[in-house]
This record gives sequence, structure tokens and C-alpha cells, in this order.
Amino acid sequence: MHSRKIYVRDLRDADSKIDLQMELVAGKEGLGKEITVGDINRPGLGLAGFFDFFAYDRIQIFGLGETAFMRRLTAGQKEEVFEKFFSFDVLCCVFTHNEHPDEMFVEFANRYRVPTFVTRHRTTRFISLLTHVVEEFFSPAVVMHGTLVDVFGIGVLLMGKSGVGKSETALELIERGHRLVADDMVEVKKIDESLLMGSGSEIIRHHMEIRGLGIINARDVFGIRSIRNRKRIEMVVLLEEWNEGAEYDRLGIDEKRYTILDLDVPFITVPVRPGRNIPIIIETAALNQRLKKMGVFSARELDSRIQNWMRMEGERSND
Amino acid sequence: MTEREVLVRSDAGVHARPAMMFVREAMKYPCEVFLIKDNVEANGKSIMSVLGLAITSGSRLIVRARGEDEEGAVARLASLIENDFKN
Repeated sequence: MHSRKIYVRDLRDADSKIDLQMELVAGKEGLGKEITVGDINRPGLGLAGFFDFFAYDRIQIFGLGETAFMRRLTAGQKEEVFEKFFSFDVLCCVFTHNEHPDEMFVEFANRYRVPTFVTRHRTTRFISLLTHVVEEFFSPAVVMHGTLVDVFGIGVLLMGKSGVGKSETALELIERGHRLVADDMVEVKKIDESLLMGSGSEIIRHHMEIRGLGIINARDVFGIRSIRNRKRIEMVVLLEEWNEGAEYDRLGIDEKRYTILDLDVPFITVPVRPGRNIPIIIETAALNQRLKKMGVFSARELDSRIQNWMRMEGERSND
Repeated sequence: MTEREVLVRSDAGVHARPAMMFVREAMKYPCEVFLIKDNVEANGKSIMSVLGLAITSGSRLIVRARGEDEEGAVARLASLIENDFKN
């Protein structure tokens, strides 16, 4: 497990489904400050002059009330309050309802390097969205050495020793219309304690290394429809060199599980040998997984059909 | 498991060519090799994985190996980084 450091700029650049619509209006130099607590603070009391227990290290949210209050202050009062407010090492400020801070605030924020944003969202809405984004930032994460592909809507994490053909398999899957999320290094986050979200490291996103070719950018080579930025991991496929002695699953009645960050994911082992069409096996596995999600379990259904048939045969021969 | 901390001094950081040199060296050893930056662990035998760490000049890294000849691998790879990839 690892914990990547979270910086103020990550709020703005959050690679999330949620758009916080944050526009930076001051304090650009402070964007590199680290966020250590995921909580927020409403600075109303501070603006009124009460700074005991001031939670300066949290994200400060200025709603309609705060901006209205500041407007009522005289220039002198404001200067006094801002002087005090910014004397703390304030993490960052966000103004909601698209209310822009006044010139004096901007000036202070710039001087003290406090990133200040304006968002279009309403305060309550913004806080709930922000909580989501920040929780995701602070959620448990791990880097898996594998390749993540979206196959028919199922996020399949291909694992296996280097050289077993993960990237080549992914390449063939892309060619067949599926989408690459990340090759070789997949960052996995546990979200809401219930699902695993995989994405690639931003800097190498959608690049793949193919032995003999070198590095290619899947997005450039195959186009936008061949990629996606993140995908829930719903299945782990271990590619393994075919081993004559090993017992491979012939029925698929028992579901195996692979544990990532304490969550169990359906798991299959696919033996690889020359001439075996691995991508089509993975496609079938993904489709089968979708069926299982819908409650259709081929192997078990066949088994119960056979058992039914045998029982009926048994009854008939007793007649 | 053997590991050693190293400091990246080369001005350009670990871009494509140095990453390739690292991976090539790592492949010569039978053990598993990892490169760790800010708690993020990369597979030392994969170019994409190493590049994904975005190692800049001044980064502190941990070279870690597990398995056969792990001491040899760590000694060789750590010195490769410390000597700015000039062998």
C-alpha cells in the first residue's frame, strides 16, 4: 500500500468523474502546498474576529454568508481581519456561488501564497462534491504490476510475469475494439470500501512497451476509442506459461478470488502457449463474468441440468 | 530482501534512455527488482513502470531486490544510478 502526497493543485486537476469547476483567482505560488487533512472549514468565525481553534490547515470554504459579511466590513476592518487570517498558514480558499473575492483579498492571497479558487457550485453541493473527491484522494491505494483493459465493459486486470505477453494480449484486445486503461503499472484505489478503481500513472498514460517495437502511444496509434482513463477492476486474469504438470480449471464451477486491498475480485488463470488465442479467451471470460453478474452461471447450470437428467433417468429405469 | 536508498543526481532525471539502461541491467538478474519513489513501487524490469515514476533530478529512490542474487542486483543497480548511468 502506498500514500501518494496530495497537493492543492490536485483539487483543481482532479482526474475524477466529478468536476469541481474550480477556477484559480489568486495565490498561484501556493498550489504546491500539501493537503494533509481532508476536512473543510467555514471561516465565518474567523472573519468575525474569533480565531481560537481556527482550522487553518483545512480547505476554507467561503459561502454566500462569508462573502456578504466581508462586504459589510470597512476597508480598515477588512485589512485587520485579513492580516490576522493570513497570518496563519492557510491551506487554500474556495469561494462558492461564483462569488469573486475582492481586490484586497486577492492581494493578500497572492502575498501569502494562499491558493484561492472560485467555483460555480452552491456551497452545500460543492462541499459534498469536494468530500467525494478528497475521500478518493485519501483512499487506500496500491500499484499493481499488470495491464488493465476494458473488455466489453468489464475491467480486466491482466497479470503475469514479465515476458508472458500481457502487453501483446492487450494490443490484440485493443485491435478487437476494447480499450486500454494502463499498461504495466496500474494504480488501484479502493473507493467507498466497495470497489476497486484502476488508472494509469499520468505521465505514461496509454503508452505501451512492445518488445521489438519499443514504446508506442496507444491513443495516437489506435485513436481515442481505444483508450479510457479509469475503469473499475472486476476481474483478474493471470497469464501463465503452460505447465504440463499443472491442473487447470476445467469446469469453472468454483469461483476463485484474488484479493486487492482486502477486496475480493473474480480470478482466473489462463495458461499461455504458442498458437493459443489468448485475447478471445479473455473476451469470453469477460462475457461470462457479465453473465454471472446477471445471475447466469453457465457451469453450475449445466451441472444442475445433468443432475436433473440423471435423476429422471434413474426414475425411469426404476419404472 | 535487499534494498538501498540512492539519490538521483543526473540533471535530466531518469528519462527514456537511462530507464532503458536500468531495465536492461535489471533483466540480467534472476531476482525481482523494484524501484521505489515516494512509496510508489515500480517493477524494475519494466520500462513503462520505471518511466511512470517520473524520476527527476534530486529524487530519492529505493532500489529493492528479492530472490536469487539480490545483493548483486542492488549493488549494481544502485551504483548505476549513483554514477549517472555512466556504467
